[in-house]
Amino acid sequence: MVNNPLTKNIDMSRPPLEITAYEASDGYQSVQLIAQGLSPEDVLQRVKDSGLKGRGGAGFPTGLKWSFVPQGENTPQQKFLVVNADEMEPGTFKDRLLMEGDPHLLIEGVIIAAYAIRASKAYIFLRGEYVESERLLRRAIDEAVNRGFLGRNILGSGFDLDVIVHTSAGRYICGEETALLNALEGKRATPRAKPPFPQVSGLWGKPTIVNNVETLCNLPGILSYGVDWYHGLTQGGDHGTKLFGVSGKVKTPGCWELPLGLPIRELLEGYAGGMQDGLQLRGFLPGGGSTDFMLPEHLDTALDYDEIAKQGSRLATGTMIVLDDKTCPVGMVGNLMKFFAKESCGFCTPCRDGLPWVEEIFRDFEAGHGNEKDLQILHDHVDYLGPGRTFCALAPGATAPLGSGLKYFKEDFDKHIKEQCCPYKH
Amino acid sequence: MAKIVIDGVSYEVDPANNLLQECLSQGLDLPYFCWHPCMGSVGACRQCAVKQYRDADDKDGILVMACMTPASDGTIISIEDTQAKSFRADVIESLMISHPHDCPVCEEGGECHLQDMTQMSGHNYRRYDKKKVTHRNQYLGPFINHEMNRCIACYRCVRYYNDYAGGTDLSAQASHHHVYFGRQADGVLESEFSGNLVEVCPTGVFTDKGFSENYTRKWDLQSAPSVCVGCAVGCNTTPGERYGSLRRLVNRYNSEINGYFLCDRGRFGFDFVNSEQRLTEPVRIVNGESQTLAAAELSQTLTEFSSGGAIGIGSPRASNESNFMLRCLVGEKNFYAGCADTEHEALQTIIEFAADPSFHCPSISEIEQADAVVILGEDVTNTAPRLALALRQSVRNKALSLAEDSHIASWQDAAVRELAQQQRSPLCVLSSYATRLDDVASDTIIEAPGVLTAIGFGIANKLSDKAPAADARSVGAYAEVIEAVAEQLMAAKRPLIIAGTSAGKTDLIHAAANIARALKEKHGSEKVDLCLLVPEVNSMGLTMMVNKENTLGRALKKLSSGAVSHAVVLENDLYRRADSGVVDAALERLENLMVLDLLETATTAKASVVLPTTAFSEHEATYVNYEGRAQLSFQVHMNHGAAKPAWRWLNGEQECDVETMVNRCSSEARGFDKLGQLLPDPAQFVAGMKIPRQSQRYSGRTAIKANLDVHEPKQPVDSESVMAFSMEGIPAQKDAAFMASAWAPRWNSNQSISKFQEEVNGKLKQGHIGTQLIEKLANGGAYLPPASPSTEVVDGSLEVVLAHQIFGSDELSARSDSIQQRMTDPYIGISPTDAQAQGVQHGDMVSLDGIEVPVVACIRSKMPEGVVAIYCGDGDINPHSLPATVSIGSSESPVGERGIRGLIVSDLLEDY
Repeated sequence: MVNNPLTKNIDMSRPPLEITAYEASDGYQSVQLIAQGLSPEDVLQRVKDSGLKGRGGAGFPTGLKWSFVPQGENTPQQKFLVVNADEMEPGTFKDRLLMEGDPHLLIEGVIIAAYAIRASKAYIFLRGEYVESERLLRRAIDEAVNRGFLGRNILGSGFDLDVIVHTSAGRYICGEETALLNALEGKRATPRAKPPFPQVSGLWGKPTIVNNVETLCNLPGILSYGVDWYHGLTQGGDHGTKLFGVSGKVKTPGCWELPLGLPIRELLEGYAGGMQDGLQLRGFLPGGGSTDFMLPEHLDTALDYDEIAKQGSRLATGTMIVLDDKTCPVGMVGNLMKFFAKESCGFCTPCRDGLPWVEEIFRDFEAGHGNEKDLQILHDHVDYLGPGRTFCALAPGATAPLGSGLKYFKEDFDKHIKEQCCPYKH
Repeated sequence: MAKIVIDGVSYEVDPANNLLQECLSQGLDLPYFCWHPCMGSVGACRQCAVKQYRDADDKDGILVMACMTPASDGTIISIEDTQAKSFRADVIESLMISHPHDCPVCEEGGECHLQDMTQMSGHNYRRYDKKKVTHRNQYLGPFINHEMNRCIACYRCVRYYNDYAGGTDLSAQASHHHVYFGRQADGVLESEFSGNLVEVCPTGVFTDKGFSENYTRKWDLQSAPSVCVGCAVGCNTTPGERYGSLRRLVNRYNSEINGYFLCDRGRFGFDFVNSEQRLTEPVRIVNGESQTLAAAELSQTLTEFSSGGAIGIGSPRASNESNFMLRCLVGEKNFYAGCADTEHEALQTIIEFAADPSFHCPSISEIEQADAVVILGEDVTNTAPRLALALRQSVRNKALSLAEDSHIASWQDAAVRELAQQQRSPLCVLSSYATRLDDVASDTIIEAPGVLTAIGFGIANKLSDKAPAADARSVGAYAEVIEAVAEQLMAAKRPLIIAGTSAGKTDLIHAAANIARALKEKHGSEKVDLCLLVPEVNSMGLTMMVNKENTLGRALKKLSSGAVSHAVVLENDLYRRADSGVVDAALERLENLMVLDLLETATTAKASVVLPTTAFSEHEATYVNYEGRAQLSFQVHMNHGAAKPAWRWLNGEQECDVETMVNRCSSEARGFDKLGQLLPDPAQFVAGMKIPRQSQRYSGRTAIKANLDVHEPKQPVDSESVMAFSMEGIPAQKDAAFMASAWAPRWNSNQSISKFQEEVNGKLKQGHIGTQLIEKLANGGAYLPPASPSTEVVDGSLEVVLAHQIFGSDELSARSDSIQQRMTDPYIGISPTDAQAQGVQHGDMVSLDGIEVPVVACIRSKMPEGVVAIYCGDGDINPHSLPATVSIGSSESPVGERGIRGLIVSDLLEDY
């Protein structure tokens, strides 16, 4: 049986599979199932049963999310599926692998999700810099249209679906699903208040599901090989496989599809080859730039949503950024703060005006002007920018490396103040 | 009602509202920025954070934004919680990071919401020691200054300007802490309601330019409750004066009329009061020489005019008291309407309909509740601007009803707009040229007036067979629209029909009334909203005062026949009311013409006696608005020169105070019996204590006039009003009707108004909102017959319709500096086809046959063929000398200084 459903067709040394080869590799079986009468309710049930959780970062159960879409006569008939392909989380490059490596897998996932929620239009909101993904996705869509898997009355099922690729003008905040919807509508990319959730009033005020690329790529396997098979993939509490990435000064940085529940050590020391010679592991952000630092002592934690949460961090996108002992942690956090400050949409006060202050303080630390007063202000901002304080999750995300960095690398901050310089540079 | 607990105290609240609104309604202090009472919540500023507890046992609670949390039953919150307070202090600290230290030189200082909220949130010392963010400011036109460095990014300006007022040229730009609020490039803000930015902005980003150039602090302004004289809506205002000049004018809350907003004509059009062209001395003109009129001479002159059948011509821009006093002087029989005959006819019709029990003339706040609207031939943005802003809210009722179905609270502003997208309540605009409301209209029909009237009758007939049908030929093409509009009106809970006098076609008013009557017939018990707009501040008052048959035409005929030797013209330029030739002929035969006015006009130039009158801010007076609502406007400051209220001149030597005058008018003039109710009840005032026009913080003694006299001049005594020209007395804390500007402890800005409202957006506590004068008759009228055939158009000539401009069409505001900068020269709107046929290019000067003044050609893509819209300018062309059709010729005249550069219409061809 297949144990790497997301990457089984991916070989980066050659172009991705064209539609016939993809079909030969069990591709588009789900479309045939739909043509044979599999109902949207059946699809929804299978996805619920599979236990699939969203792979965009929040880890919300996919089937449950879909079930919030109002269905029935007295509900808006136009519904939308939106693919969040605006991959901009620092250190994250998993969706790119999927789109460049096997675009048809995503298209098939889109068809399944759109069918389940009865959406006749799907938008792929793609990070603008992913030009290769755009080219490959457009080609895959053309192929699927020609094969009758997209368009009107798909394989005689009565189901219509158009897929539109929209390339983003480029803001990190567009990865936030409601800001993404605003951007897609041509408005300023600022998040929306929830409730109402997009499932009720989303794109152009219509019921909308926003799913991450990797989430959707899980669907063809679930439908083709069944829920039991899917449950057999994992090594931990959460189901399925997941793309895990490692960046930083490891021997072989990269991205691999692995079962959920694998110990972090196996990913870091096995797949990524461990630290480069002469370097020690100082800490790591397990799931991209907006997750809390973990330390070498946490290496035996399972790569699982709940297990990592127990250690005070988040699995999030599953793409790890590694910090070594020759790199300044203050500089690393400062770099992230610069990113988050710049990517703030400017809508709510704490994020808009708090993050730039934090960034300035890091700049001062770097330049040898660090002081206790500013260190206290950094501490204050961890709480001030925390969850529930701001309009969306951007600033709370920024406080994750900030707060954990202040906690775990206190001596480095103190050294910056004491020595009035960055100790790693002198 | 719901029960909620705030800091241990139980309150009864409306669960349909959010917590912030309810906290304010309960009189509690909770700081906020992005929320606005009539723009709802978006949750941007995070300033109104409170602690919310799950239940009585929950001791930890979580921080929530009060503006984004419903006031549902059982809610337990704390404003005073330490964590909530500290978070609010953090937020204000953030907001102040880049805010400049320029309060001492900032126009907003002293009435700045940001200052108040900073104090309230407890931010004192700046910890931020890095570089501030700075911005470049923009030129935004003659009304508004831009100082972006003061911006705290609350997003109120763009939410007001775009979402609320329908503007398109102000936007939020850039992101993170560089977010910028401005135009795409420097330039005049296009919205007719841009002035409200001054009050919407919680700090000094958008400030009143004219005020800024002639600045004084809010607390150094002498002010009193006033009523705008720019049109017939009667918005409530607060003009502010210092050292003899009127400095600015701001909104004064009235829950039924203007709410929180004014139009730019109203806000910036007051400056004529300060004009150097003000008449200051009573004069007699002998052989072209002006001689000052002594008091003794004056009484003799008055005797001349009061005996021997002198004719008095009233004015729609004069107060009830002045019109009444003139009527007393010359006798009711000799008192004539001071408006054009067609307008007088239309006004008579409107007065009749106002008394018809089938109809209800809606207030502005009621107009906002309409869920299907038909506008018949009235360009409301230019004739009653505040109403256009209300209509922009009425079309949102669809969105609110969709939101209710989806269980989205109405205060969730962004969510409601998102859900509804472009879905709006129906608004059908029937006009002879494209209007500024077309962007929110469900149907726009641009046709010659005859066709519009026929469509109006067609809609009425579609609603009820009893309503006479229209000429089938002229409406054939519109059968579907007629049917659709009739259906929309039938389906509506609160349909509204709007027409008015500005098109000069009474037929349109008849058609509008028929539609309303047909709806009443179908709907049954409820009165149907029929809003008939009149042109000027007291058009209604004048019409009620004058006998129906006493038209201006008759008066002029009588004068030119030589039957009368004396005439008195009250605050009126007859050359704007009738054909110039006819007026000339009438005035030439007169021996004595007495004109009372505040500025020189073509009519004062013909007078033998000119008496200077006070402007709206210099006298206490009553006016009747388009609804028939009478309102009292107080004197703000001392008279200009020897100017007096016209009624006082006309009353001669007799001692009379203004309240006696109002009471006299109330008891003697038919239909005005409720006017006296407007007067303050003496029982409200502590004996001898007046209401100060100056604030408690008034600076009083200054050196400004020390070069003239080192002695402090004595404050003038106001012996007749309940108000004093002083800071002494008891401020009107109880009755908001006498409260010029809102102020409450800790609330120095206009946001303090919530302290005086029964609840947020509610009535003012004990404040009166005017008095409806017109009583309904027992029985309704009947359907009216269809219009007479429309104007015959000869080949090659074009049917004339009048175009109006918010800046320029109103006589007095057109004499204000900043308004003049927004005015255009007279122009014609012409269709591209007609322009081509006439060989006319956009911007060319053209001549109209029979009209001396050349006009600028403005090619408008949506003008119907065969129709030309003529804007007459500020008295440049006499609209009453215009023929029904004109042909266009070329003109050698150069384009004037203004030209049509400043013209803001929606259908200019981009190619030009």
